[in-house]
Amino acid sequence: MTQDRTEMSEDDDDNSQSPPLDLRSAAIADHCSSSSSSTPNKSRNCMALNSQTFPDHVLENVLENVLQFLDSRCDRNAASLVCKSWWRVEALTRSEVFIGNCYALSPTRLTQRFKRVKSLLLKGKPRFADFNLMPPDWGANFAPWVSTMAKAYPWLEKVDLKRMFVTDDDLALLADSFPGFKELILVCCEGFGTSGIAIVANKCRKLKVLDLIESEVTDDGVDWISCFPEGVTSLESLAFDCVEAPINFEALEGLVGRSPFLKKLRLNRLVSLEELHRLLLGAPQLTSLGTGSFSHDNAPQSEQEPDYAAAFRACKSVVCLSGFRDLMPEYLPSILPVCSNLTSLNFSYANISPDMFKPIIHNCHRLQVFWALDSICDEGLQAVAATCKELRELRIFPFDPREESEGPVSELGLQAISEGCRNLESILYFCQRMTNAAVIAMSENCPELTVFRLCIMGRHRPDHVTGKPMDEGFGAIVKNCKKLTRLAISGLLTDQAFRYMGEHGKLIRTLSVAFAGDSDMALRHVLEGCPRLQKLEIRDSPFGDVALRCGMHRYYNMRFVWMSACPLSKGCCKDVARAMPNLVVEVIGSDDDDDNRDYVETLYMYRSLDGPRNDVPKFVTIL
Amino acid sequence: MMGSVELNLRETELCLGLPGGDTATPVTGNKRGFSETVDLKLNLNNEPESKVGSTTHDVVTAVSKEKSSCPKDPAKPPAKTQVVGWPPVRSYRKNVMVSCQKTTGGTEAAAAFVKVSMDGAPYLRKVDLKMYKSYDELSNALSNMFSSFTMGKYGGEEGMIDFMNERKLMDLVNSWDYVPSYEDKDGDWMLVGDVPWPMFVDTCKRLRLMKGSDAIGLAPRAMEKCKSRA
Repeated sequence: MTQDRTEMSEDDDDNSQSPPLDLRSAAIADHCSSSSSSTPNKSRNCMALNSQTFPDHVLENVLENVLQFLDSRCDRNAASLVCKSWWRVEALTRSEVFIGNCYALSPTRLTQRFKRVKSLLLKGKPRFADFNLMPPDWGANFAPWVSTMAKAYPWLEKVDLKRMFVTDDDLALLADSFPGFKELILVCCEGFGTSGIAIVANKCRKLKVLDLIESEVTDDGVDWISCFPEGVTSLESLAFDCVEAPINFEALEGLVGRSPFLKKLRLNRLVSLEELHRLLLGAPQLTSLGTGSFSHDNAPQSEQEPDYAAAFRACKSVVCLSGFRDLMPEYLPSILPVCSNLTSLNFSYANISPDMFKPIIHNCHRLQVFWALDSICDEGLQAVAATCKELRELRIFPFDPREESEGPVSELGLQAISEGCRNLESILYFCQRMTNAAVIAMSENCPELTVFRLCIMGRHRPDHVTGKPMDEGFGAIVKNCKKLTRLAISGLLTDQAFRYMGEHGKLIRTLSVAFAGDSDMALRHVLEGCPRLQKLEIRDSPFGDVALRCGMHRYYNMRFVWMSACPLSKGCCKDVARAMPNLVVEVIGSDDDDDNRDYVETLYMYRSLDGPRNDVPKFVTIL
Repeated sequence: MMGSVELNLRETELCLGLPGGDTATPVTGNKRGFSETVDLKLNLNNEPESKVGSTTHDVVTAVSKEKSSCPKDPAKPPAKTQVVGWPPVRSYRKNVMVSCQKTTGGTEAAAAFVKVSMDGAPYLRKVDLKMYKSYDELSNALSNMFSSFTMGKYGGEEGMIDFMNERKLMDLVNSWDYVPSYEDKDGDWMLVGDVPWPMFVDTCKRLRLMKGSDAIGLAPRAMEKCKSRA
């Protein structure tokens, strides 16, 4: 699933994200941009003109040829710090730029430093915005980025955005400005509609990838599928499962028919099973399939029903299956022919009972990534554990996402998975009850874990067998899972859990805390003990000014800190802002008129090379 | 929005119950803000505290029952109080799940997200009415959402709308209390609490928490309905 890729990319270092170093680089940038030519393609000539660097000229040519093979961001960041000429050459040869926080720098800084960018990965809002913890219209607008890049990078090929606000106008500008544009990926974005998509479909003639993933797309009534140009397309991936608008099926069928390179197709909820069947017959080369509704829109016809299983059997290459948005369970066995090939299966929008589920999963021996609802129960998880020995990633979402709902999965499911799936690397598990014992078992059985996210939905809920806090369970995770980089905690937790995290969580980059801890000491343990911490998101926990001050030596080395509903005072936040000029300290939600109000509802702070942003809405105060 | 935590969180120790709302302080006589000033507890449906069903005189008994049971047992969080953004499931997924329930649960429509505005607040919120089973739950959720904006000038009984007492309704003219109103399918602005909860969920298009003085025009209609029922 594409979402996996973006998740994994969060674990790499990003460029321009370490101000203490980059302040130096920024100084170098200013120097370089004044001495080098403005036309990016003529770097060699430019260097030749600079007689002072004649010995460097040869070196830089060599470097350019070498550095262009360097792909990894971390390597490139390291190379750029060697010396001025390495910095310059690296900047000229970097073609893909990753920006983890769109407000960490201005678009102009990007285009001034990197001259030959073909691909941009940009992230906007912090993750807690997904849970309504941030008012709408906070920011993260794509507009300034697209307008700056339109002039600087006419050769741009790829844009990958996460949690950005993108308008139809932005998409129109993108489609107009980049004739060679190939890949548009919008994850958890909003602000646009089918009319914007139609423009991209129509004008980007070299389009290979159009992936709309978990984004809010307004239905403008535009038949965007028909806007793709006639003739053979270059499409390799088309994902529109999040678009809640009916599509012109004949046009889609035609599009698929003239897209010989199409490998990934993710249909939305409004494509029926019969329509899916027709598409499959025309596109047996697919490797990744989102099945749409997987139900009939009308009552099933009395005449011969299509042989769905045969259609699936013909799709010998399908390794990734998702969709099932309105699943009619009696049709689920149709997918059996492809089960043994599947490496990725997403049932997380389908309410599947254990009895329906077990016959399917028994065939999925090669499964590596599995997402599902807790409707499969502990029993279903036991079946997964028995069959899916190669499982690397598991996500179990709640069918009924309320605190007081029935919990069909529990520590039993977790224990079973830990015993059966020893290669597990990443888990997200929603449940109503859990025990320390099961979490400890997972820490011991699954040493490869890098991501452990456990959400016990009842707040402050202890181990339901012993009645004790969940400290020991999470403590074991940080102690035993030596590769752990991402952790989300829940349940009843005291400062002790945080002590463990600070002591053992040496590789943790992302930490999510909610309704946990007793005192400032908890946060202090983490801020002082976790050297790799990059992203810290905390809500409704008793951490105040003392804790906040403890982290001042860290904040420049972090991507962001989010603290909402914590007992912070405005005075302390102001102190932090004053002490750290390159840190943007946003207080969200406070009433501007009431300056006497010292209570800070939400603190969101991040480093920035270019100072506070200029698009601050009324409900945000930058201290 | 982060309003699940009251201002007194700073002073409290670790609270095993919910950090916001009912557990930390006794209900009686407290300047609680929204859920104190507005009584949505008509208890017409599914209210766990009331044993008898849908008559309005249960309002008084239900309310007094709640008061006498406080302070609540901190180890057991009060059931059915929704906290914003918890559990952390994206609203996109929540929306989709509700429409999935349609195929299993019968004729329920998709998620009922409605805008909620409060007079004087800088931004609107959205709530999914399907997430709540009663007016009480909705009231709690709204109070959490907007707690930062309410003055809570009146705690306890004075703030509540007692539909049986005309005099109290007249007090609303001069009060700063917030009155929940909603726009129904016909475009009319109605006072919240008159109709059974499921009907309300079906007909409510948006919510507005009006200043009491603005709501007085809605009161006579409510009074008529109550009197005819009693």
